[in-house]
Amino acid sequence: MTVGLVVVSHSRKIAEGAVELAAQMAPDVKFYAVGGTDDGRIGTDLEKAIAAFEAGLAEAAGDGVVVLTDLGSAVMTAESAADFCSEADKVLLADAPLVEGLVAAAVATQGGASAAAVKAAAEAVRFGPEPAIDMGGSAEPQGRGEPEESGEFELINPMGMHARPAAKIAGGLAGMDVEATVNGADGTSIMELMSLAVGKGGKLRIEAWGKDSSKAVDYVRRLVEQGFGEI
Amino acid sequence: MTVGLGVEWAVQWLTLSARLMAEHREELIALDRAIGDSDHGENMDRGFQAVMEKLAQTPPETPGAALKLAAMALMSKVGGAAGPLYGTAYLRAGTALGENADLDAAALAGALTAARDGIVARGKAELGDKTMVDAWSPAVEAADEVLVAGGDAVAVLAAAAEAAEVGAVTTDPLVARKGRASYLGERSAGHRDPGAASSALLLRAAATAAGFPEGPAE
Repeated sequence: MTVGLVVVSHSRKIAEGAVELAAQMAPDVKFYAVGGTDDGRIGTDLEKAIAAFEAGLAEAAGDGVVVLTDLGSAVMTAESAADFCSEADKVLLADAPLVEGLVAAAVATQGGASAAAVKAAAEAVRFGPEPAIDMGGSAEPQGRGEPEESGEFELINPMGMHARPAAKIAGGLAGMDVEATVNGADGTSIMELMSLAVGKGGKLRIEAWGKDSSKAVDYVRRLVEQGFGEI
Repeated sequence: MTVGLGVEWAVQWLTLSARLMAEHREELIALDRAIGDSDHGENMDRGFQAVMEKLAQTPPETPGAALKLAAMALMSKVGGAAGPLYGTAYLRAGTALGENADLDAAALAGALTAARDGIVARGKAELGDKTMVDAWSPAVEAADEVLVAGGDAVAVLAAAAEAAEVGAVTTDPLVARKGRASYLGERSAGHRDPGAASSALLLRAAATAAGFPEGPAE
């Protein structure tokens, strides 16, 4: 669980500010803020990005780093930097909005997710909202029909659904061959799960479609029954 | 005129590029102010100054080495999107040339193709997106035509330079679909793309360094 998170921004303040915000929710995660040029202007610096990637890769000891970027040329700088890295295949670029994506990635990392699941968690922020809106009404999810597996579980942990449980659910489901919703929200989206705001005694209803449906329902059941490891 | 071009040409190309970027700094800033963040001229000038410093520190022994050295300097010092884009272009061109010390028309056309492909791979822009690809793609096509027709190294570079200049002009009416200018949508039409403009200058410098026409382009 030592995936490193790197922010590559045009601005040192944006990079450091985004890290500061995300670190509040993920105290054990290693962040690397890369922003601005070496002479303090707005821009992206290849050498600083390479240095941060290498530091993150060394610290991650094989678990890899996930990179969040701001505007287009930061993406290009990050891609170029990854090309020069010792373990280029372990540098994953998340196609996600910087702030929301970084927070989701941070919480997923804190929850122990793999680099691929951290990247998926960040990207779910971007692509998550649409299905949630579709599923908000009373109608069945379009094109999915009846869920293959489902279950309803009562939360017993005192804090209910918050960032870390959301990260555990999303991180686990992201690694399965399944489409799952929790109370209508995308089960792989930390931000959507957090926004459910279900407290202790409230219920999570998971509905799952796909090969790993029963595995997914069982996974969420066990997490809930164990109080997400918080009791 | 079948003499190949060596490392002297490559160094001269980069030197003339640095001079052109300094001379056209304000013009590129003005183009970028219209549809971007107005730093392209400053970034390119600074980037090529860094290239000149690196050339002075470690004189390259082959054209390929000169282009790779320039690539690293540009990627590190330009700051904007042009850094990774030109950096990738010069890196791919340098890699394509390998240890070749005496470049003929085919080697140069191949290097130009590699550079263009690098820009496309990095920036994911297509012809007509109002980017530097609109200068590089016609340049590569023109170079290939001259190569097939039996032209020499200088003729290949001259054709590329002229096609790039025409290509840069064709970006004027286009609506940007990539880069910072794309945020402007329709308002980006009516302005030349700064990256296409700087690309045309750099390709002109390549031809001038090879002796076409005599002396630097005015």
